[in-house]
Parts: sequence; C-alpha cells; structure tokens
Amino acid sequence: MLLDTDPYLTRYAERVRGMSASEIRALFAVASRPEVVSFAGGMPDTSALDMEAVEAVVAQVIRDSGATALQYGGGQGRAPLRELLVEVMEHEGVPAHADELLITVGGQQALELIAKCFLDPGDVVLAEGPTYVGGIGAMTSHQADVRHVPMDAEGMRIDLLEEALDGLAREGRRAEYVYTIPNHQNPAGVSLSVERRHRLAEVAERHDLLIVEDNPYGLLDFAGETFPSLRQLVPDRVVYVGTVSKTIAPGLRTGWIAAPGPIRDKLVLLREAADLCPSNLTQMIVESWLRTQPWREQIKRFAAVYHEKSVAMLDALATEMPEGVDWTVPSGAFYVWLTVPDGIDTSDLLAKAISHRVAYVPGRGFYADGAGGDHARLCFSYPEVARIGEGISRLGELLHEEIELVAAVYGDDAPQVRPRRTGPATGVGG
Amino acid sequence: MSTSPSLSAEPAAVAVLSGGISLEREVSLRSGARVAAALQDRGHQVTRLDVDAQLVRTLEQGGFDLALLALHGSAGEDGTVQSLLELVGLPYTGPDVLASSLAWNKPIAQGLYARAGLAVPDRVTLSQQAFREMGASAAVDHIATALGVPLVVKPATGGSSLGLTIVNDATELPRAIVGAFSYAEAVLIERFVAGTEVAVAVLDGQPLPPVEIHPKEGAYDFAARYTPGATEFHAPARLEPEVRAACEAMAVGAYEAIGARHVSRADLIVDEQGVPWLLELDTCPGLTDTSLVPLAANAASLDFPDLCETLVALAQRDGASPGQRRA
Repeated sequence: MLLDTDPYLTRYAERVRGMSASEIRALFAVASRPEVVSFAGGMPDTSALDMEAVEAVVAQVIRDSGATALQYGGGQGRAPLRELLVEVMEHEGVPAHADELLITVGGQQALELIAKCFLDPGDVVLAEGPTYVGGIGAMTSHQADVRHVPMDAEGMRIDLLEEALDGLAREGRRAEYVYTIPNHQNPAGVSLSVERRHRLAEVAERHDLLIVEDNPYGLLDFAGETFPSLRQLVPDRVVYVGTVSKTIAPGLRTGWIAAPGPIRDKLVLLREAADLCPSNLTQMIVESWLRTQPWREQIKRFAAVYHEKSVAMLDALATEMPEGVDWTVPSGAFYVWLTVPDGIDTSDLLAKAISHRVAYVPGRGFYADGAGGDHARLCFSYPEVARIGEGISRLGELLHEEIELVAAVYGDDAPQVRPRRTGPATGVGG
Repeated sequence: MSTSPSLSAEPAAVAVLSGGISLEREVSLRSGARVAAALQDRGHQVTRLDVDAQLVRTLEQGGFDLALLALHGSAGEDGTVQSLLELVGLPYTGPDVLASSLAWNKPIAQGLYARAGLAVPDRVTLSQQAFREMGASAAVDHIATALGVPLVVKPATGGSSLGLTIVNDATELPRAIVGAFSYAEAVLIERFVAGTEVAVAVLDGQPLPPVEIHPKEGAYDFAARYTPGATEFHAPARLEPEVRAACEAMAVGAYEAIGARHVSRADLIVDEQGVPWLLELDTCPGLTDTSLVPLAANAASLDFPDLCETLVALAQRDGASPGQRRA
C-alpha cells in the first residue's frame, strides 16, 4: 500500500512546494537552551526598557480607552499613530506625511505585503548579498527570483548593481525592485556610504527603478549619526519600511510602510485581505509611549547598550580568533559578519559549535542562491555583556581546532590560510 | 504477514522523556509530543519531561511508574539516560545501558552485525585523532581505491541523516569528512549500495511489515525525513516473499545481535540482486508523524496509540532493569 505522510500534498499551491524541514532550523532548537551562548537570534535587549513605564503606559491605555483598544480599527492604521511615527522618521531626517503611512504588523508584514504587491512568479528582485533572511522569505514565498549584488565595507556595490541591471536589460527583463537595508545592514553590519546613496538614487532615476528601503536600525548608530535616506533622495521611487521593534520592542508587532499614494492604496487593500487591520491595542500602546515617554532618550539608551556589547564582541574577536578569520566592524545595531577560511563550511560547523555551547546563524541563510558557506552572522544585541566574551572564546577555540582539522584532513591539498586583515573587512559578499 | 498483537497496558503514570541538548532535540520533541497525546487519550497519566539538570530529581520525586523514551541523539540513545533510570529504579522503554551504548556507536555495532553473519557494506572508520596525529590524510586516497565510489560518509554516532554525505568522487572526500566530524569524533565511510531503501521495525522481537522508502527528490536526507509528503512510502514493501523474509530475518538478527529490547528499526538497502544490506539499527526510533516505525505498525493494523500502549505494556512487563534494581 502506498502511504503518503501528507495526504494534502496535491492540494497545495505551487508557492509552498519548495518549503521543507531544515537541519539548521532543527539545530536552533538546541541553540535556545540556556547552556548555549547564542549569537543567533537578532533579538533586541528588551530588558533595557523601563518596565515600570511600560506598565504605566499599558494600564493607562486600558483605563482611558479600553473599549476602543479592543475594537476593530481601520486598515491603514490609526491616524494619531501615523502622525507620531512621522515624528520618529523626522528624528532620523526622513521626510513623510501621516497620510503616506500604512501601519503593519512589524516590518516583516510590510516586506510580505510589498512582495505580494509587486511580485509575480519568476520576477527578479535585486538585493544585497548577503541580506535579511526574512526579506528573502517574503520574496521567495511569492516565487520571486532573488539575485544578489555583492557588498563591501561601504555597503552595496552600486557598480555591480548597474551591471546586473544592464544584464537584465539585455535579457529583455527588469528588476521589479531593489531591496536594500542601507543602515547597519542585517547581516553584514555595514552601512551604505553617503556617496553610494547618491549614486543609487541616480541609478534609480536612470533605470526607472523602484527601491524598497528597509530601515529597522537607522536610529541605532553608536555615535548618534544619521544618514540621508533614499526616501529623502528619490521619494517617488522608494517604498520605505520602518518598525518600532528595535526602538521600542518587537513584542508590540508594530511597523509601517511609507509609500507614494497609489502604492499605499494598493497596500491598504492587500492588508485588509490579509488581516483586516492592525491591533488597536498595540497601536495605542505605541502612541501612548511616543506621546508620554522620553523615547528619544530610550533609543539612546538602547544604542549605548548595543555599543557596549559590540565593543565586548569586537575585543573578544580580536584576541580569540585565529589567523584567516575576518569580520566586519559595525558602527550601529546588532551584527558582526564573520568570514572563515576556505575548507570550513559554517552550516556543517554549526553542530559542532552547539556542542561547544555557542551558536550563530550560518551565512547560507542570508543568500537565496546557496552562497555564504564561508560566513556566519554573530548577533551581539541579546546575550549579557559578561557572556559575550565567553561565547566568542568558545567560538575561537572551535575555529582554531577546525582550521587544524581541515589542514589535517586535506593534508597536502589544504587550502591556504589568508593572513589576518585589520580593521573593517573590505569584502562582505560570498 | 507478520503479526505483532498489541498489548494493553495497566493505567500508569508515564514520564515521556524528550528534548535534551542533543542535536536531534527538535525531532525528539516532536516524537514526545505525539506519544504523550496518544497515551493521554488512552487514559494514562502523562508528564512530559525535558532532559535537563533537574531530570534525576524529577524522576525520583515525580511518582512515575515508568519512563517512555522518545529521545534521539547523544545522552538519550547512548546509554546515559538509561543508566540514570536504572539508578532511580524506574522501568523504561528500549534497550538497556549496554545495548544502547553498543548500538549508538555505529562502527562497533556494524562490527557486531558482521560477526553475527549479517551483510553490512564494506567500511572504514577514521577518528579525528587519526588525522590530527597519525597523518591519515595520506591514506584518504586508498579509501576510494579499496571501497570504490560512490561512498557514504557519516558521523560514527547520531541519527536523522545529520552530517551524512554521499560522495561520488574521491576529491569530495575531505570536505565530507570535515563535515561529518562536526557531529562526531569519528567518521564511518561505507561503500554506497545502490538499491531500494527498506526499513524494518522489530517490536518485542517480532518484525513488523517492511516499509519501502522513495524520496521524491534526491536522497533520504533530513528534509526528506521530516517534511510531510517529501517521501513516498510503501507498507508493506513491494518485495518478493523470499526477499521480504530475508529483510525481516536481518532486522531480527540485528535486534538480537545488539541485545535490543521492545522496539528497534533496521535501515536496509535491497540491492539490484535482491540482497539486503544492513546500514544501521536505531534502538530509539523516531515516533514523529513522518517516522517509519508508526507507518510499519499501521501496516500491521496497529494504530499509533496501540503502538505507544504496547511500549508501555512492554516496559511494565519487564520492570526495572534486573541487574541494577535497587535493593
């Protein structure tokens, strides 16, 4: 008798066919155990919030407007919140009108709605290589063809972006949009230089491009600097994504899109089909937070916490990593992007890392095309400062052993170990 | 047709052990959740326990009658947890400490099966030490010469196909070896046997109907094992009667050779000549909704709750492990 473990298989849409169980995801079930120092999850340190203030804000929302907070709302999201988020954007120098905003369930829903709005199966999107794994997921779940543009210490290589666009034009195709995280990029930990922002804006004009500017980390610069946004440079060509996940808390599941009017209208309709409206309760909590709390100071406090943690990680990397291992030096947000010597595959190595009680995200997760086997993302935002050194020391010991093992197994054919570079890595991409 | 009547168990306080810090934690949690639900439906008092630093205390103070092991990977399958269960005097499902530790170490187990006259593929085991201290890399070229290609490279311990690579060319061997070393101190390199994958579960010494395995794409790897619908199964397997009998005899032979108890799953390949080869014996086989033992039990008209109930009854029958019972 033929047995099928999934009797519904013939019923699924084409877009879910490729979705399968993954070894890496299974290993993360172990990584979340307390014994393991995990640099895997890109989680904000919510313990840095003033919990008494949070409690007061939540209580006040229920006390003053409980019935409204628990009612349905409009599909575009509450106007008072949109007005307050315009202030948050202004704080970073990003211009917007409340009417252009659509409130979403975190930045992730924004990415999903944008993909749904613009992508038919097989459509091409150009994205940084590496790029945010959830961004890839949103696009590939709509069967997009995600192609990567390599990066260096100044972010996306705009010359290579142009090459890719020219290549597509020769095929008689175009990119539906360019997906970029210009500030403190996830996972590479670098930012797009100001000069390249201007060049990207020019390229967008010349090639009639749409840009999806995903900006979760712009306010988490360690020096408090902000950079010109693409939305500021070419507003008609940018669909901008923001979130309070890193500036307040991800548990609020509140993000937003700022888009030109016609696009905003389509996105509102798509969102109503998806989930009707964002939660009034969480929207009102965010409103109250932004209205009554010193949120600018709270963001500074977050940036200071992450800065301290980044220093702990970078110091530990400098003392613990063997020759041949490189990493990027972030000036904000959460991430260090590690490059390991030839012969080591970070997907294979994860099991051993977990046995050494340390975890990271293998680089392959950040590429749609299987590249990235010689990279790993280390997120320093969540572990306590005291454990970061311990975790990096475990990882260093592991990599020392692994380099020796590779040399021993390959024998005379062993790959050459690159000499250590100092300062920011010049290459990020695979 | 093989028959293995289900046993009904006395209502019991059952500790279902799953999780732990092994690399197969997620699979184990899935097995554990499914078993716990089935036993609850049958009226047992079920407590799910993760394997952590509180385990021994919880086992001692929890008022349990027995432990059902849904553990996969190190500690759960290698005899470690079994030792503790014997110390606290709690009956448990699956093999004792010695059989668990023998089965866990694939090179030792394969040697025992070969000694018992079972056909196992030609193989070689190499430890990290052999490479680090004894220049084993100079011998890697000989492996392909001696065993031919393709070759299967896998960690010497562990399941779920984690760390397994099929190598078609000798030049791919170093990478596959380094990858497998991520999961274990030693690697087992075997001649690849082409043919049909067949799994034979043995329940209390009796074979259940063999299950034939056809991944829809590529090898029966982690994704093919745990994605519902990614693999097609035939149960009973479409085998000639004498081939089926040989498969069943091989599975029972392996169960006996290792000293297994209650349940096991033998993974075989039936080659183009209809000869079965024994690849592995799993003494704590998966019980997820895509796992093979539940499929085999189903083909013997034993539904999943019956299978779980039978495991409980077997643990009740055998009581706390004889050699170790507390005075």
